[in-house]
Formats: sequence, C-alpha cells, structure tokens
Amino acid sequence: MCLAIPGQIVSVVDGLSHSAMVEVVGVRRRVDISLVEPEGIAPGDWVLIHVGFAMSKIREEEAFDQLRMLTVLGEAEAASLEASGYFEEESP
Amino acid sequence: MKFTDEFREPEVIARTAEEIRRLADPSRHYRLMEVCGGHTHAIYRFGLKDLLPENIELVHGPGCPVCVLPMGRIDDGLSIAADTGVIFAAFGDMMRVPGTHGSPLEHKARGADVRIVYSPADALKLARANPDRHVMFFAIGFETTAPSTALTLMRAKAEGIRNFSVFCNHVTIIPAIRAILDSPDMRIDAFIGPGHVSTVIGCRPYEWIARNEGKPIVVSGFEPVDVLQSIVMILQQMKQGEAKVENQYKRVVPWEGNKAALRAMAEVFELRPYFEWRGMGFISQSALRLRESYATFDAERRFNVPGIRVTDPKAAQCGEVLKGVLKPAQCKLFGKECTPEQPVGALMVSSEGSCAAYFNYEHRKSMVFTNIGVAV
Repeated sequence: MCLAIPGQIVSVVDGLSHSAMVEVVGVRRRVDISLVEPEGIAPGDWVLIHVGFAMSKIREEEAFDQLRMLTVLGEAEAASLEASGYFEEESP
Repeated sequence: MKFTDEFREPEVIARTAEEIRRLADPSRHYRLMEVCGGHTHAIYRFGLKDLLPENIELVHGPGCPVCVLPMGRIDDGLSIAADTGVIFAAFGDMMRVPGTHGSPLEHKARGADVRIVYSPADALKLARANPDRHVMFFAIGFETTAPSTALTLMRAKAEGIRNFSVFCNHVTIIPAIRAILDSPDMRIDAFIGPGHVSTVIGCRPYEWIARNEGKPIVVSGFEPVDVLQSIVMILQQMKQGEAKVENQYKRVVPWEGNKAALRAMAEVFELRPYFEWRGMGFISQSALRLRESYATFDAERRFNVPGIRVTDPKAAQCGEVLKGVLKPAQCKLFGKECTPEQPVGALMVSSEGSCAAYFNYEHRKSMVFTNIGVAV
C-alpha cells in the first residue's frame, strides 16, 4: 500500500469533477486530481497515484524509475490489477 | 506492459555501500529504524542488509497499516458485515487478515457481501449503484491514504448520499514514532523516514525527533540507491554529532507536504483520544475518526459494534516484531504455523509486513545479487 503507481494524464475531464483520464500501467482510468490541481495539471504530465487519487506530480524520469521499481519488487502485477480494478465510469 | 528487471546503477550502489563502510565507526553499533513497510519490503527484496557492515542493524518499524490494526477492529468491522443489507468494502490487502472468526474472505465464503475495492471512491460508486443496500468502507492506512477517504466523504456529503459509511481505522505516524522512542526496550539511533506519508505531511512534523530526541531522520525514496544514500546522510550527521531532518526524496516529497490533502483531512477527521495498535497497546492521539459534521457517515455511530479488545494468539509474537524487539525469524511461529499461505498474524499477510518480506526474500539472497548486479 505504501508504493504508489505512476500514471500519465491523457486529458483533464472538466474543472468541476476534479478528475482526469490517466493512463496507468497500460489501462485508462479516471483518477481524482483534487490533490495535485494546485500544481497545475495538463495532458502529458505524470502523477503518482495512490488508491485512485493522484498524490503528487512527478517528472517523467521519476515515473519510469517507479515503474521499474514496482516490477522489481514484484508489485507490477498488483499495480496493474489495482489500476484495472478502478471502476470505469460512464462517460459524463 | 513490461519493464526491465534491472537497476541501471549497480556502480552507484557499490560506491554508496563503500561510502557507508567508510563512515561507520567500527567501534560502535548502529540501530536504524525504517519506519515504512514499503522500505522494509525494498530492503529485503534487494538484500540491502548484506551491503551494510555488520554493525549497522536495520530495525523494521510500525509503518504497515494492515499489520498495526488490532484484531478487535477487524472483528468490529466484520460484525457490521453480518447485516444482510450491508456491503463490506475494503482494500485487497485486508482480505486475508485474520479476525477472531476468520478473515473478510472467509466471511465472504460464509455468505457475507464482502467486496474488494481499490479506491475509497469506488466504495462510494458501489453505494451509488446499490441504493437499496448500505455500503460500509473499511478504511485503513496512514496519512498517505487518509486524504483519499476524506475527499470521498466530502463528495458523499455534497451529493447527499445516505447509504454510505466509513469504518475509520486511519492512523497517524508521528505518535507511533513517539511511542517507539518512549518504549524502554527500544534503542534506536536514527530513522529512515517514510516516503509517501511525507508527500502528505511534509518534513516539519519530524523536527521534534531531531530537536528533542537528538535522533537524525532522513525521509527516503524506495530504490536501493535511495535507502543507501539515506543511510549515508544519517551516518554523516552522527559523525558530526548532529541531529536534523533531511529529505533524500526531494524529487517527490515537498518539505511542506500537500496542503490540499492536509485541508481535506482537517475538514473530515479529528484525532481520537487514544487508539489501540497491535503489539504497541493504546497510543494517545494516534488515530483519526470522523468529525461530528460527518457523523451520519460514521459506521461506528450508525452500527452497534462489540468493541471488544482481542489479544493476538498467544504464541504469535507480532507485537515484539512490530516494535523491532524481535526479528521475524525469532518468532516461535515463523515459517512453521505462520506462513504467507497460512498467516496467523497480519505481518505475514501484507507484502509490506516484515514477516512476509523476510519469508519471501531472505532465503533467495544469491538471486537478488544477480539482479542488482552488485558484487559484495
């Protein structure tokens, strides 16, 4: 649970829902971005995701390091399962 | 999606390990506690202990949310699941943790409606999708997870959702560190500070550890190089007779933390006067509960729970292991009655639990060294 999953912002959904479409370990999911919005979020940005919420904005290099880290720790499958497990939301 | 299974920096690892050997005073013994379970997992996975001189001992801390939850709380949560109108939702980590009458998964096998969710927001979606049922989210986690629960509750309140509640087991890391420092059977020289908890709380809350207790603390990333560099920073402080808070994980952890996350937590939660931790007993102001303004979402107020304190199976020594007094393999049940397949204690369930980490990696040292490409 301590390890966060990196994801890349595909599109910010709208200002009110505080969410974005994010590509996370190969799947696209809607992720809550309330906690990183003050840092300014745009498509292409990378974020660290924890239990469906983006917790911090990170550099791309850091995102790749974190993905590698999850793999080596044997957590990549769990991360994939977690990301796929986030409920898909009907289009707004 | 596939990533390379190698670390790119074996020479940096070797150089940092060499630096540690150079800095460590051979005439003394160092006890360094890694607070976070994620670090424990990484330390065992990469065999980092074997890169350290013998007089540097790594002590595993209490930072595994599944591990520190006492059995009575699991029983209380599951007692609510006995109501057929209730959907019990929890993270996958919780599913195999034993309660007095079995784990959440075993309750599911006996007919309770137990669902795995990967986000508190998904528990709320379950409530929206099942208006005739009540969805109770069994919340666990340190400050990394608590803001997500808080935001979910803020949303539930804004939408006026009535069939959703949270059984709140969120705990806070600082009082646990204080309890460890106050414990007479513990002697810790310095701390490797938690990484992702600190993205939320920042580095300031640790200042008393340096100032009042005279212990260095270095907030650390999770890669082998991160952990080793943090140990270098600790040793440098100790060598110079200093004690301060340093941030090795600057690329992710801002000194001030995440203000939006702290605001959400303050809106929804207040401190409990005390809370029981497995193996550590009752620690004052160490956990969160829902504020009065969120009372209708508080499962503990909505449902009657037994609230009985349950002690761990006598033979299991989870408490001593959690406090770092015993190493996992020193527990009488380790690897015999208690294994990752048949866990007796929670430390054997979670991959961040020191027992599971020790069990899974300690006997595979040779493999680990091939992977990170370091010759010792």
